Amino acid sequence: MPEALSFKFDVDGEDFTCAGQASVIVKKNLRQLGLPPEIIRRVSIAMYEGEINMVIHAGGGKAEVNVYEDCIEIVLIDNGPGIKDIEQAMQEGFSTATDTIRSLGFGAGMGLPNMKRYTDYMDIKSQVGVGTTITMKVNLT
Amino acid sequence: MKISTIKDLLKAEVICCEESLGLHVYSACGSDMMSDVLAYVKDQAVLMTGLVNSQVIRTAEMMDMKCIVFVRSKMPTAEMIELAKESNIVLLATPKRMYEACGILYSNGLVGNRVKNA
Ligand SMILES: Nc1ncnc2c1ncn2[C@@H]1O[C@H](COP(=O)(O)OP(=O)(O)O)[C@@H](O)[C@H]1O
Ligand SMILES: [Mg+2]
Repeated sequence: MPEALSFKFDVDGEDFTCAGQASVIVKKNLRQLGLPPEIIRRVSIAMYEGEINMVIHAGGGKAEVNVYEDCIEIVLIDNGPGIKDIEQAMQEGFSTATDTIRSLGFGAGMGLPNMKRYTDYMDIKSQVGVGTTITMKVNLT
Repeated sequence: MKISTIKDLLKAEVICCEESLGLHVYSACGSDMMSDVLAYVKDQAVLMTGLVNSQVIRTAEMMDMKCIVFVRSKMPTAEMIELAKESNIVLLATPKRMYEACGILYSNGLVGNRVKNA
């Protein structure tokens, strides 16, 4: 099997204005690979929500996108506060975001549900005080 | 509906990507919450919003939208305009408020969702 194509990013947790930059680059790269627009859209929305979460909830982190023959994998790793109750966090409308974040257009508690909705596989590993790793996959076949 | 028609109906100012005013769009949505746009929107090509920050442009880019209308004469920053140009998204600014701007477009045939009853 040929080696997977891989894109790696450091996501800056300091600057909300820059949040989402990596997702925009991934979208452009996937377009160049000539993948179907619907697949590209699902991958980039899921990654964008995850990237925003890393910035607003975890102070930044690392993002990696791997293009395999049969799927696209997105891995988001942060050393933030972690998620205490993942089941609760997955519920539509649940959010711990501040009013400041809400005034910026996020914090509706739709991010994690959106990530689940747009991907074929999603796994959250999180430990309070240690960090969160989210792995998502979108099938190509 | 052509984007140029949206501009005329809303008496809007064109901020960038004027060359794409001839594009046809078939549906629109209005929201200040970007996650709601990312959750519920499907194939809407126009985003009406009162929110002004770079995430508005990136959200539209993620959704493959063609045009953003800023209501209440909100003006995007230079950085936002750069981002929009890179993604070829038409930016318009209208003095109208959200409710009125949406109503005008809707009553002129630009629906919320292309599929009826969806
Ligand atoms: N990377 C993360 N690190 C820590 N907490 C997180 C992370 N991602 C999500 N959360 C928690 O899960 C909640 C729900 O996330 P989400 O559905 O994206 O909604 P929102 O971001 O709008 O609050 C967040 O409010 C936050 O408490
Ligand atoms: Mg979120």
